[in-house]
Amino acid sequence: MDVSELKKGLKVEIDGQPWNITEFEFCKPGKGQAMYRCKMKNLLTGSTMDRTYRSSDKGIEKADLEEREMYYSYKEGEFYIFSDVETYEEMRISKDVLKNQAYFLQEEALCNVLLFNGKPVEVTLPFFIEKVIVATEPGARGDTAQNVLKPAKLDNGYEIAVPLFINQDDIVKIDTRTGEYVERVKKA
Amino acid sequence: MLKELKKPKDIIRLETLRENLILRSRLTREIRNFFFSKGFIETDTPLIIKAPAPEDYINAPQTGALFLRSSPELHMKRLSAAGFEKIFQIGQCFRSGEISRNHNVEFTMLEWYETNQHYDGLMAFLREMLLDISIKIKGSAIVPFRGNDIDFSADWAVYTVEEAFNQFASADPYKAIEDNEFELILVEKVEPNLPKNRPVVLKDYPAQMAALSKLNPKNPKTAERWELYLGGIEISNAYSELTNYNEQKFRFAKAHANRKEKGLPEYPEDRDFFEALESGMKEFAGCALGVDRLAMIFADAPDIRSVNSFTEFE
Repeated sequence: MDVSELKKGLKVEIDGQPWNITEFEFCKPGKGQAMYRCKMKNLLTGSTMDRTYRSSDKGIEKADLEEREMYYSYKEGEFYIFSDVETYEEMRISKDVLKNQAYFLQEEALCNVLLFNGKPVEVTLPFFIEKVIVATEPGARGDTAQNVLKPAKLDNGYEIAVPLFINQDDIVKIDTRTGEYVERVKKA
Repeated sequence: MLKELKKPKDIIRLETLRENLILRSRLTREIRNFFFSKGFIETDTPLIIKAPAPEDYINAPQTGALFLRSSPELHMKRLSAAGFEKIFQIGQCFRSGEISRNHNVEFTMLEWYETNQHYDGLMAFLREMLLDISIKIKGSAIVPFRGNDIDFSADWAVYTVEEAFNQFASADPYKAIEDNEFELILVEKVEPNLPKNRPVVLKDYPAQMAALSKLNPKNPKTAERWELYLGGIEISNAYSELTNYNEQKFRFAKAHANRKEKGLPEYPEDRDFFEALESGMKEFAGCALGVDRLAMIFADAPDIRSVNSFTEFE
């Protein structure tokens, strides 16, 4: 693509990585060639960089990015199988892509899958889910302090910090973006 | 019951620009007054033209077989050739694709030419004008702009391009041109480090960037060209004008060829301009200044849109 097409919000591919242009400035010093100053954020790693392009520069392409809505279906070995809401087409997504979010996948959960060059690179889960606490030290009676936390375990082995008053078999709400406890939904 | 009408967005926008637009009007009035007081006459030359000056990186928007002018340069020089020795103009110019905080495709240019003048003399003239205008419209020689105070009564900081590249970027401008890094270094290393408390001039551009300026007879590696910066923003460009027919013909031929190679629209040659040069011209010097940007400085405005009532380009 031509460098003059760069603009804020455009997603581009540089050295095999997808980047979002977060800030953009056109400059053109002293009758000279145009410069395009960009601040960019890597869509995979979140790292940022500053790059200035000249109109003659090459090697920058529009990133082939696509977002698709998919339901999570089931786990198969090391892979998680999703199916496209519209086409029912199945897609295998590895644990490497999901990372800790794998602990929060629930059957039939509607997720947003970001594809880069046709491959899944990011899955956005429903922001909140409810899970049962399968193990934790008994809560101190009457202690409703929110800011003192203790470790607890979900049925899939995920360790989460919960307030002292939470007991085994309680159902809690979890924020999938941070992996943190939000509130108690149901007392055992 | 009467329905309460909501104030249109555009009206609210214009109301917030009121002070800046009044300041802009005073600015162009004071510019005119200054030129009239120095014995200049105001000229109007066509906005729609047959033959823009060929430049490597400036494109005049095309309208049918003609072009919107990117500068009034060639027509004004034809006036200079005809013995109009002190002329100025304030008018619209157009440059395709130039949109930013400091750019608009359509913008207002002040341009003037003086016969028997030299690029150093132009600097003294512009210094006097900016100080005069500043005192008349701001009541002070000191103008706050984006967090700095620009002192128009101070001596200007004048660097040759070579000095500025050495001092601010530890770079050699001639090497930078060879490596196609001149503008990159200028934008990334030189411009951000220029003083912002007074006007700054970069002068004696490498001859490769002479455009329509005369080469310095004492140092033909450089051209008699300078650029003024205020608050880190480029405001004005001045030349001792090239009056040598053959040299100008050669440079335009090169610029036309460069444009063709890059697939840019080709311009016809301005024959009248070349006939004027061929008939012999007195030494003269000329300067162009971005009026919107100067208004931005005096209004301490965040962008060019804040000093224009309407901008059709986003």
